[in-house]
Amino acid sequence: MVNHEMLNCEAVWREISNYVDGDVDAPLRSAMDEHFRTCKKCASVLAGTRNVVQLYGDERILEVPSGFGRRLEKRLAKQAAPSGGWSWTAWLVPVMAIVLVAVGLGFRNSFIYRTPPKSILAAPGRDIPPEMLVVVSDGSKVFHVAGCPFIHDKATERTITAKEAIRDGYVPCSRCLRQYLKTGLIGPADDDDAEAEVLSSVGR
Amino acid sequence: MSEPDIVLNNPAQATGGTREQELILSVQRGQHELFYELVKPYERRVYAAALAILRNEHDAEDAAQEAMLKAFANIRQFRAEARFSTWLIQITVNEALMRRRRGRTVVMEGIDDHREGEEGDYVPRDFADWREIPSEALERKEVRQRLAQALGTLDRKYREVFVLRDMEHLNIQETAEALGITAASVKTRLLRARLMLRDLLAAGWEQGWFSRLPFEKGTKPW
Repeated sequence: MVNHEMLNCEAVWREISNYVDGDVDAPLRSAMDEHFRTCKKCASVLAGTRNVVQLYGDERILEVPSGFGRRLEKRLAKQAAPSGGWSWTAWLVPVMAIVLVAVGLGFRNSFIYRTPPKSILAAPGRDIPPEMLVVVSDGSKVFHVAGCPFIHDKATERTITAKEAIRDGYVPCSRCLRQYLKTGLIGPADDDDAEAEVLSSVGR
Repeated sequence: MSEPDIVLNNPAQATGGTREQELILSVQRGQHELFYELVKPYERRVYAAALAILRNEHDAEDAAQEAMLKAFANIRQFRAEARFSTWLIQITVNEALMRRRRGRTVVMEGIDDHREGEEGDYVPRDFADWREIPSEALERKEVRQRLAQALGTLDRKYREVFVLRDMEHLNIQETAEALGITAASVKTRLLRARLMLRDLLAAGWEQGWFSRLPFEKGTKPW
């Protein structure tokens, strides 16, 4: 605890840095102000301390090395480029390029490659009489002649025209309507047995 | 507490907080090309902080630039409640201290006054009449070199505190946190650093360092 009324030079020197920073309480500041008015030595110390703080606090005291900014800019650019520092616009270019390539390849493939049906069950028919009555049922996308043993879920079967069936996405049964399948992908000879079986079953 | 006796030349205040805040937000949102504009006003301060710790111009530049790159990489973590300049300086101090600990740089130590302990009182040696040095004196390269030379003779523990507090304008608590010491130690070291520099520069005046400055005959700047 400093006795403010009895401030000697040593006590002033101990607090002079805090005084310059405004970090002393009001009574101590008043006592130091009074001391500086009467003590030439301490006034000199105060003035010199202020000079030090003011001069070294000036930015001009130190120059950065020549080219510092240029080298920093270069390093920043290098860091930003390969790491995750891209903006969304920078990402847009490669993403768009990938999309264009993918679309282009798909478009090209649509002309060059035709994927054959994996099953004759998926083959479309040809020359089917549009008004021919056929049977469809739930759970299957195949239409049949009435009485075909391969009709799925007979409880839900209903009769419509071939035109309606085709419009609704149904394809002819490879058993009972085989004669309308002209894909060239019809199976081996044992299918003939199935055809005979179907035809006989429908009374043809 | 009363207002500070000296108005510090704080570039963070001079550059205008609003523009700086705009730049920070823009960089955080992805306009990374604006980062250099954001840190350019602090180039000198960042370099000075690194130099105060590493005492080698080449190492100081490398550490300062590495600190700026780290600030760039972590800009999203910066929160507006802190001053950007303080955040940047603290990153720089950490980088420089880390390099010094790793021994990647040879630090030329200053002259330590071993006659007195840190807690002991420092007794000023020169009590000449004084006259304020005009800030224009800093335009002269010779003056800047003399001031840098005087700073370089301080022992590391005084130099670091002085640079962070009086050149980087960190407050007492920020300086203490950056260096990992107590606020009381910061105040003690700062007092000694200021008084030692005052004496060193007074001696320099005797040797004619500032002989071409416009001082009145018979007065000293310190």
